[in-house]
Amino acid sequence: MIKEAENKINNSTLDIAAVREKLSKSQGKAYWLGLEELSNTSEFQEFLNEEFPRQSVAYENSVDRRDFLKLLGASLALAGLTSCVRPVRPSEKIVPYVKAPEEMVPGRPLFFASAINQGGYAMGVIAESHQGRPTRVEGNPDHPASLGAMDVTTSASVLGLYDPDRSQTIVGGADFAAFATALQGAAGGSGFAILTETVTSPTLARQLAQVFEAYPQTRWYQYDQLHNDNTLEGSRLAFGEPVTTRYDFNQADVIISLGADFLGEGPARIRYTKDFSRRRKVLSAENTMSRLYVMESTPTITGAMADHRVTIRPSQIVAVAGYLAGELGVAGAEGALPENVNAELVEALLADLQAANGRSIVIPGDGEAPYVHALAHAMNSALGSVGTTVFYHENVEAQPVNHTEQIRALTAAISAGEVTSLLVLGANPLYTAPIDLNFAEAYSGITTFHVGQYFDETAARSTWHVPQTHYLETWSDARAFDGTVTIMQPLISPFYNGKSDHEILAALLGDAEATSFQIVQDTYTANVQGDFDDFWRQSVFAGVIAGTQAPLTEVTLASLPETPTLSSGEYEIQFKLDPSILDGRYANNGWLQEVPKPLTKIVWDNVAFIAPATAETLGVSNHDIVTLTVGENSVNAPVWIMPGQAANTVTVHLGFGRGENAGHTANGVGFNANVIRTSDTPWQTVGGVTRAAGRHKIVTTQIHWRYDSPSGENDTWADYKDSTTQRRHIIRHGTLAELQAEPEYPKFVHPVAEEASDLYPDFAYTSYKWGMVVDMTVCTGCNACVVACQSENNIPVVGKKQVAVGREMHWIRIDTYYGGDLDNPEFYMQPVACMHCEKAPCEPVCPVGATVHDNEGLNVMVYNRCVGTRYCSNNCPYKVRRYNFLQYAELTSTATELSLMQNPDVTVRSRGVMEKCSYCTQRIQQGYIRAENQGRKIADGEVVTACQSACPAEAIIFGDMNTEGSAISSHKGSVLNYALLGELNTVPRSTYLARLRNPNPGLVTGTEVQS
Amino acid sequence: MPNYFPPNSNAFAKWLIWGGVVFTILLVTSLTVFARTFNNKVGVPVAQPVAFSHALHSGQMGIDCRYCHTSVEVAASANVPSTEVCMACHSQIRVGSPQLANVQQSWDTNTPIEWNRVYDVADYVYFNHSAHINKGMGCSECHGQMNRMEAVWKNEPMTMGWCLECHRNPASRVRPREEVFNMEYRRPENQAELGAVLVAEYNINLEKLPQCSTCHR
Repeated sequence: MIKEAENKINNSTLDIAAVREKLSKSQGKAYWLGLEELSNTSEFQEFLNEEFPRQSVAYENSVDRRDFLKLLGASLALAGLTSCVRPVRPSEKIVPYVKAPEEMVPGRPLFFASAINQGGYAMGVIAESHQGRPTRVEGNPDHPASLGAMDVTTSASVLGLYDPDRSQTIVGGADFAAFATALQGAAGGSGFAILTETVTSPTLARQLAQVFEAYPQTRWYQYDQLHNDNTLEGSRLAFGEPVTTRYDFNQADVIISLGADFLGEGPARIRYTKDFSRRRKVLSAENTMSRLYVMESTPTITGAMADHRVTIRPSQIVAVAGYLAGELGVAGAEGALPENVNAELVEALLADLQAANGRSIVIPGDGEAPYVHALAHAMNSALGSVGTTVFYHENVEAQPVNHTEQIRALTAAISAGEVTSLLVLGANPLYTAPIDLNFAEAYSGITTFHVGQYFDETAARSTWHVPQTHYLETWSDARAFDGTVTIMQPLISPFYNGKSDHEILAALLGDAEATSFQIVQDTYTANVQGDFDDFWRQSVFAGVIAGTQAPLTEVTLASLPETPTLSSGEYEIQFKLDPSILDGRYANNGWLQEVPKPLTKIVWDNVAFIAPATAETLGVSNHDIVTLTVGENSVNAPVWIMPGQAANTVTVHLGFGRGENAGHTANGVGFNANVIRTSDTPWQTVGGVTRAAGRHKIVTTQIHWRYDSPSGENDTWADYKDSTTQRRHIIRHGTLAELQAEPEYPKFVHPVAEEASDLYPDFAYTSYKWGMVVDMTVCTGCNACVVACQSENNIPVVGKKQVAVGREMHWIRIDTYYGGDLDNPEFYMQPVACMHCEKAPCEPVCPVGATVHDNEGLNVMVYNRCVGTRYCSNNCPYKVRRYNFLQYAELTSTATELSLMQNPDVTVRSRGVMEKCSYCTQRIQQGYIRAENQGRKIADGEVVTACQSACPAEAIIFGDMNTEGSAISSHKGSVLNYALLGELNTVPRSTYLARLRNPNPGLVTGTEVQS
Repeated sequence: MPNYFPPNSNAFAKWLIWGGVVFTILLVTSLTVFARTFNNKVGVPVAQPVAFSHALHSGQMGIDCRYCHTSVEVAASANVPSTEVCMACHSQIRVGSPQLANVQQSWDTNTPIEWNRVYDVADYVYFNHSAHINKGMGCSECHGQMNRMEAVWKNEPMTMGWCLECHRNPASRVRPREEVFNMEYRRPENQAELGAVLVAEYNINLEKLPQCSTCHR
């Protein structure tokens, strides 16, 4: 049956012309979920009509009829037996410590400050430890790059620690001593080199200096796909030195992004999201917002937040930036606006910039050409933003270099015979290096020592391989984007005898017994004035070393170089890091593979994004395969038609197609875009796109859990006028100007008169009254909440096949809605979890009382009562309940490592049990008991849900609605507050703040139609 | 049409129905009684690797519960003491006693003592000692008179019905805070009145106590 269903889907194609026609007939602005809804595909229909589609097919490898009857007979007999005897629980043991560790109270977690090192830069975390088991990480509020919030990769890093696929043994020799001897031998000879990722760690830098002293011929190369080479080169072009730019989005009134996804990429993304969102928080007409213009070729979460989004092709960015700079009076800058860019919009943008009086930011994307960066620096300087919103400080990397040049130089050196032995610390260059360098061939010919967490592509072809420690297993240090140093502390001894980079370098220097702790301490002993122990305790405790932020520097602009011409062709190909697994370093992380990617909601795959117009030209549809060709190299990729994508531009994400060496989770997932990525044009290039044979099923959750029309009529676009989204006013949005015009009762928040009536009297919630507000204005749809919830609530991973039939288990989903035009739509994000309705439709239908209301308004799930009738889910208008069709949790816990990771405060649900968001009831109970033990009430902000704590945009507000003056009360009292499907009279406790945008009043409509 | 059922089959059907009702009632009652008493191990002393006597330590010598069960006032778990706590005294007192051999061995070999669990709440119950202690629920309400037990047994059935007896009416059992650790405490005659006063004084949330979410997550 699955085959049949797949065939049905495979044969369905999207008719773009018909879609355009539907949209053109819409009354007012159309809202849509994607091309599947607009085309009303059979798959979409199935998900809309069936709560759990294709549920009759539980197992692919199901037992045959004969075996089934045998099993049935046996289990019936056994069932008879068990009913006679009360099952006796096996007697348990209590195993106390011999010597109890300091401060340890059994059952109560301890928290330690540390940092995750990602692309060399630190993101401060607070790690939670239950009796020595790290179970969860949250942001460190004192750390400048995190300010207490998280993103998907940091939340999911705890799964990386317990990954059973991690490298476990030394390969190439007997033991670490043998490795050390071999390494020293190699370094003692000539032609030894070290390849690292980006180094900001003061300790690693100190050790490298020692190595170069001990072995003067040693060469050092760095290569990391996360490194922003173009930003560095741009700074060299503009100032002659590699300074780092820091932006303050909280002070900016006007922001122009030239292809920059500053909310989703780079070492400061969480900080920037915080700052940006705080400036755009609106509760009443008295608040103001900054205005964001984004010029980009493929929709990103930053583009989705834009007040004006302009779609341009990657090669056009130089001309657009040049034009802007020229108009702003930058000497030597010139450029003509491309035809597809709305000149009126650009004029308005320029006027806005000049009116901002220095409170503006022009930010170029990390992947844009260095010249664009130089122009942006010049524009910021001309606008007077330097010192107000734009700051410069010394580059905090130990050696700021262009990594693409470095890998090129290394390959050349190996080929020339200058490098004959190589130590690789952490990197996976055989997968990530540009294809034209043919690095793999060069690498295989020399003696190589690889240190990595996985036995990956590089490890497989290395002479030696040593397992590397995870960041929660070792002492280390690293700098944040602004230079602040964090001393990273371990929470657990290394699994599988892993070695840290520090221990490897110490072994190279002849001390194979040195511990990371001693090595890291040695870095600071010499430099600390006053009591060292005080300094150490203070710094490790806080997770930051006070006063290590890089001081600001004065810069002088050099004159602009010649305008480069970017190669342009019929088809342009753009490379981007995957939003979840980045360059593939997290590819084996199931949480990150299964989290639906922002906007598209695709899971377990990467795709080639193309514009709807391009799809028409090529005659391809979603799931079709195209061949992307760059020079002599080509790769086959499944197509995804992305509304808002620039025409004739293909965007592919890196990190997938890992072959056989990445681990059980990552192997065979997606295609490898590195195959067509060359060192000359690592981020954007020109290539060919042709249709290839075959189809590849891409799974997206965008069509799951959809609302039906109130009339019950299934074809949501039947009358070609409006969709369910419009009719039911799911998305409510307006502009700041509209709010100011109607500050008391904005029409866009209340499109229809709302009347509540009920036969029954309301329950008086006299003690606590928990509620949540989601601010759609600042929600970027980054998924931080989804993974944070997964980590907190022991939510299992189900795999691509199960997601395809609508069985994903995430308790919170982020719905993306498109508004308006197909070629340049608006984007709306709406996180949806259990609403905790006061009049919950799920409760009266449960035959066993497994879902009931408590006196504080929580709609609670009693797992041990649930018999799995699924009536509750059937009756939930928000479709937020998740059912364990199979024993997902046990499947993931068969590996003992993974069961160690579970949060002991939350039940691990078994097969046949319904589950859903509980408002983190375990945190409420803990807060309640803590407060009651101290004889007080729970303070505002004391109980924080997992999603709320992770949210970098502070879009989720939770608390007691009965507390006067609490954050939740002020949000619930906002004029923008509305209940989703409020007309059903479910009285949901979770409500939304209508999405506000701040378009330029000079431009009539919100987002101009471009391209 | 012939009569397939003779007239007396009416009586048979009637008896079958009544018999079925009686049988079901008896079955449910007996199973409940069985579950709550015979198979619940209430009052059955549990053997332990070390013959530790609460009667000696707590009763005779009067050592406070909290000397060993350190976290009972602050955390969910009361804490079973580490070997180190035993050795704090027994490195001086009765050194070499054969009864202490397992403790000494644990200390010497750095291996924990594996105690047999006596009170075992189901995994989906999140019991918290501190919440009870701080609200005037005495140790002996659940654990019985530990100060008189040579070997420890389960003193109460620990069924959900038993939990709810008190969660629905805490006034029937709550005692003054200063009496919480008193094993010899007897409920006064006027427990109902005293209980009501204490419930108000300790701010015990009667509405919240019987909620599912109070114990289950």
